[in-house]
Amino acid sequence: MASAVAIPIGSLAIPRGRTVALVGNPNSGKSTVFNRLTGLRQKTANYPGVTVEKRVGRLEIGGSVIDLIDLPGTYALSPSSDDERIAVNVLLGRVPGTRRPDVILAIVDVTRLYQGMYLLEQLAELGQPVVVALTMTDAAIRKNVRVDTRALSDRLGGAAVCTVVATTGRGMQALRTALGEALEMKHREPLSFWPALRESARRLASELGPNARLSIVEIERALIDDDPASLAALSGELGDRATSLLDDARRRLCGEEPPLAVEARERYRRILEALPRLQSVATPPARWSSAAAAWLNRPVPATVSFLLLMAIVFQAVFAWATPIMDLIDAATSALGGLVATVLPEGLLASLIVDGVIAGVGSVVIFLPQILILFLFIIIMEDTGYLARAAFLVDRAMRSVGLSGQSVIPLLSSFACAVPAIMATRVIPNRRDRIATILAAPFMTCSARLPVYALLIAAFVPSSSIGLLNLQGLVLFSLYMLGIVGGVTTAFILRSSALRGPKPTFILALPEFHLPNPRTVLIKLLDRARVFLRRAGTVIFAVAVIVWYLAYFPRSPELEAQRSEAEAAATAALSGAELEAAVAGIDNEIAAAHLAQSWLGRAGRFVEPVFVPLGWDWRVSAAVIAGFPAREVVVAVLGTIYAVGAEADEATLAERLGAATWPDGRNVFTLPMVLGLLVFYAWCLQCAATLAIIKRETNTWRWPIFAWTYMTAAGYLAALIIYQLGSA
Amino acid sequence: MTLADLKKGDRVRIQSIRTLNPNVQRLMIMGLVEGAELEYLGASLGGDPVEFRLYGGAVSLRLADGRHFEVVPLSSDG
Repeated sequence: MASAVAIPIGSLAIPRGRTVALVGNPNSGKSTVFNRLTGLRQKTANYPGVTVEKRVGRLEIGGSVIDLIDLPGTYALSPSSDDERIAVNVLLGRVPGTRRPDVILAIVDVTRLYQGMYLLEQLAELGQPVVVALTMTDAAIRKNVRVDTRALSDRLGGAAVCTVVATTGRGMQALRTALGEALEMKHREPLSFWPALRESARRLASELGPNARLSIVEIERALIDDDPASLAALSGELGDRATSLLDDARRRLCGEEPPLAVEARERYRRILEALPRLQSVATPPARWSSAAAAWLNRPVPATVSFLLLMAIVFQAVFAWATPIMDLIDAATSALGGLVATVLPEGLLASLIVDGVIAGVGSVVIFLPQILILFLFIIIMEDTGYLARAAFLVDRAMRSVGLSGQSVIPLLSSFACAVPAIMATRVIPNRRDRIATILAAPFMTCSARLPVYALLIAAFVPSSSIGLLNLQGLVLFSLYMLGIVGGVTTAFILRSSALRGPKPTFILALPEFHLPNPRTVLIKLLDRARVFLRRAGTVIFAVAVIVWYLAYFPRSPELEAQRSEAEAAATAALSGAELEAAVAGIDNEIAAAHLAQSWLGRAGRFVEPVFVPLGWDWRVSAAVIAGFPAREVVVAVLGTIYAVGAEADEATLAERLGAATWPDGRNVFTLPMVLGLLVFYAWCLQCAATLAIIKRETNTWRWPIFAWTYMTAAGYLAALIIYQLGSA
Repeated sequence: MTLADLKKGDRVRIQSIRTLNPNVQRLMIMGLVEGAELEYLGASLGGDPVEFRLYGGAVSLRLADGRHFEVVPLSSDG
């Protein structure tokens, strides 16, 4: 009998996996609440190759483990970008592999309650229990905004309303309790704040068969939105009649006006009526900080402080990181030395010391710089500065056919192009989006930094020009070069293949607020983990492969030559002279080994292509090895020069400086180094970026175009610089 | 007078909207509807886009989109 299995869910010993969806307007403090609730127990797998679109965290409430899904920010259930579409589809249970959430945790910035109410009321209409967390309460107190939580709860049909202070964690325990209670609640008759819409949807529902699986809210969305998913859901039930039935219902509901506009008008009219009952606003006291913020928002001070901030970031990346980098360098050398004394000389020692330690160590050393850069970007994002920057540069971006909204992904791609390209999902227009995607890989990502740092520290004098350090200036120029390359690309594309109407710029600007140290720390740790995981896997593997290619095949003739020469030296010399002679012979033989290794042969095979750029076969081999992931290049250089004739020099930089052509000229001259730097600034050496471009544009055309175009640009620029500089 | 014709400190109420433009519909979803009151806060570099205060929140838009919103001043002294 069917009734025999109808056990109330609450009494099951093992609760089924339940999910809570975290929803809110962009910049409402959603990620801070998410981090507060889940701590480090979250999957933020949005890095190379991994194609997870949602952030999921775990939280424990009353002994059971609940999945908390952090959805992209949205203003309404009517999506206008891919990002918002994901949020809406998860809420409606339309995403395969993701269950419709059991409870909705809505985040509302109390200082923007008016806008927040729109989404909040739409969420309350979905039928699941809703828990509201009011954020920015400290800012609300400063602005004399008071929200009547009881009135708000009443309006939302008795939903729990919690007040949280993200910076201190106050109110989080009450929020957990409310979530626990909401998870035990049964779904009830959904509310409706616009009765005419609900009525229209019911009339349409009566046309559907008794087996229709569409919820009333899904029918409502199909009535209002032009979103293909909504229409497809309805067509699936109604077939050909769907379009004409929808048109009739829309005309009855909205007349000749666009349904979206009518919905906004109807809902906000009621919100405007209710607002005085929900919140009281008194004139805020004049404050020094808001006066300062207002002044900083004026065009000229904003521009000056923006440029100043950028300059500070680049100086910090170099100046602050040096002591920590020296420490890592010393540790790597010490470890290599230790292993060399423990292990007998030969194959294994060479693999560990020259391959693994030298390779991985030469990449890990850049962790401090990358983290400092990320720290600045995360703080700019968390304080609301990035949105301000977008507002500031919109006009300038428009002249190249983009909008201020492209600035946020482009600034993120200074850290890494992969999350940046994913961040373009907030851009509604497809042409703007593709132009931004193709501009993003030009921005100097953190993986280019190791190459820049190595070459600049080794070959650009550390002299001062006025207040600026020459090395810092070169680094700044390289960043500018990336921006110029990206902006030019966007301009060319927007006036040719992606020609179309000008994009728009619509953004709710968040207030400046102090960064939350906890959120910043969690995001930073996440970046460090991702970087170290790459250093520990991809870069480790490439370092070992490159070591193998540089070590084999071993030539017995060369070993015989070594024994012969050493025997001759032993007979003729003694003491320090003998030692020097033996060391010289060892290095010569090592260089000869490398030259006839697989890597040496490959490098020499492609050398003719790169000789016009001033690169010898070793540099060519490193560049080739760097095409899958550019940060590997430093590791490869580290490996190549650890087994060559320059191995006596202490650091990789010194070894590069000692490298010569067969005729004794230095390989690393200033024009060659500058050319190499520019090549790195423009060339697309990153398989993960190509993969993400393919995924986000849904065609191979754009990644192939981007790779060819950027590699050609880098090669030509390096060629011109070297030829002009050496002439 | 439209949202594109304001100067600093102006406080206005939206009177009518030409709703056909999709950008306008997005702005309406963000609360720019008939009856809503706004304060002009200022413009970005180059005079465009412009920023408004809207019941505690701040919204920015381009002048081209602002032209679709017909407004009336809230107080005669501006």
